[in-house]
Amino acid sequence: MTSHAVSDTLALTGRSLRHVLRSPDTIITTALMPIAFMLLFVYVFGGAIDTGQGAGAGSYVNYLLPGILLITIASGISYTAYRLFLDVQGGIVERFSSMPIGRSAVPWAHVLTSVVANVVSLVIVVGVAFLLGFRTGAGVLAWLAVAGVLVLFTLALTWVAVIPGLTASSVDGASAFSYPLIFLPFLSSAFVPTESMPGPLRWFAEHQPVTAIVDTIRALFTEQAVGSQFWVALAWTVAILLVAFVTANLIYRRRLA
Amino acid sequence: MSALAREPAADPAIGIQGLRKSYGDLQVLRGVDLNVARGKIVALLGSNGAGKTTTVKILATLLAPDAGTATVAGAEVTTDAATVRERISLTGQFAAVDEILTGRENLTLISRLRHLPNPREIADDLLARFSLTEAGSRRVATYSGGMRRRLDIAMSLVGDPEVIVLDEPTTGLDPQGRREVWDAVRKLAAGGTTVLLTTQYLEEAEQLADRIAILHEGRIIVDGTLVELKNLLPPAEVEYVEKQPSLEDVFLAVIGHTNQTDTDQTDQKERR
Repeated sequence: MTSHAVSDTLALTGRSLRHVLRSPDTIITTALMPIAFMLLFVYVFGGAIDTGQGAGAGSYVNYLLPGILLITIASGISYTAYRLFLDVQGGIVERFSSMPIGRSAVPWAHVLTSVVANVVSLVIVVGVAFLLGFRTGAGVLAWLAVAGVLVLFTLALTWVAVIPGLTASSVDGASAFSYPLIFLPFLSSAFVPTESMPGPLRWFAEHQPVTAIVDTIRALFTEQAVGSQFWVALAWTVAILLVAFVTANLIYRRRLA
Repeated sequence: MSALAREPAADPAIGIQGLRKSYGDLQVLRGVDLNVARGKIVALLGSNGAGKTTTVKILATLLAPDAGTATVAGAEVTTDAATVRERISLTGQFAAVDEILTGRENLTLISRLRHLPNPREIADDLLARFSLTEAGSRRVATYSGGMRRRLDIAMSLVGDPEVIVLDEPTTGLDPQGRREVWDAVRKLAAGGTTVLLTTQYLEEAEQLADRIAILHEGRIIVDGTLVELKNLLPPAEVEYVEKQPSLEDVFLAVIGHTNQTDTDQTDQKERR
């Protein structure tokens, strides 16, 4: 059975990707909200925000983009929960589970689909950012590092999304969990420097994962040394990934496999 | 019950002994015994909540039993689940088809997941067998209830599994859809596949099944052919009732319900 694990996962990934292709609105709406935030902050609030020295020399869109990319991922993964929920409710997961296929094929197919769909959304958002004046001197390696950080973050949050996808009792519940994730960047260094925040809020902002990830991506885009923030970001992302992965798989095995 | 002594099935397609399953305090299966001979259609008849779906899910390796054994074509469901999954195919209570894909894509996907060569040929063949060739390139979301069910059953046939389990295949279908599904099941049996079908429709069991097992309160209380089941009621009845007892009469009698409106049969029911 394990010999087929890869081909089973690919067959099911092809199926989910077809779902995405046939409802391209899921990619467009994923990209639309972050783009709206970007327009709002660049043209409405941006002029009033002082990003200070060094952190984001240049236009505000340069400062803003890393946080916007994380918001893109947070809104994109809610579709994974949604699609998985519908599969569980419709009985098709049960059909797959009663077949001689690799036990991990069903969840991994949804996760890989999420990664592909989110990468497409991220490319669209970065494209719009360039139109708004985003510029970077980052080389190929720095871009690869940014891509790596974003894909790892997508993987981690997608495994988080698998949990409500398996356990929710309604479609709304399956996708609502992502709202707090979308707002986490607002309580981080994504839009304003944390130094401008009042005490407790500043403490939270400086100790939550989004700030470390945002600072890492910002440093890569501005060709600065990533420093210790990179390791903090990596530790957070890997920790979220591991906890969500183990939890999601325990639930899946108990309920469906 | 000596008339209903079980057939000595040396090598049954499905063999269930002493199967028990509880959900918390609720005992759903209290020792189910059932043998299904190869190539037969057996109907598992019971009211809602009798344990039909639980039994079927254990056979399809979706649930683990608390006690007892169940084998499918010789493989045990808990110790050899991988082999069981090769030999059984479950069509669940709700048509588990992918609405966004076309009928052909659904069948091709299942063929790939069963690791068969030529998935497209298999899909085309099954579409033809279930009169879905024209609809094959349309999304399933546009199908009628009967067409979905036929596709659902066609998906279960991919790879010719030895045993097909149909869980309430006609629930929610209109009479036309029901007839379509019945025809499909008859064709299956004609091809030598073993079919275990659960139903709460007595007419369905009467129409399709070689043998009928009645599951009531977590046990099989009767298991036999339709003729054997009808003989359960004393023959005296035949002498003064014009109509033969329908399976519905038998069903209500053996599960111990008194049928208020049918005074003719009250005597028999009290004697049981």
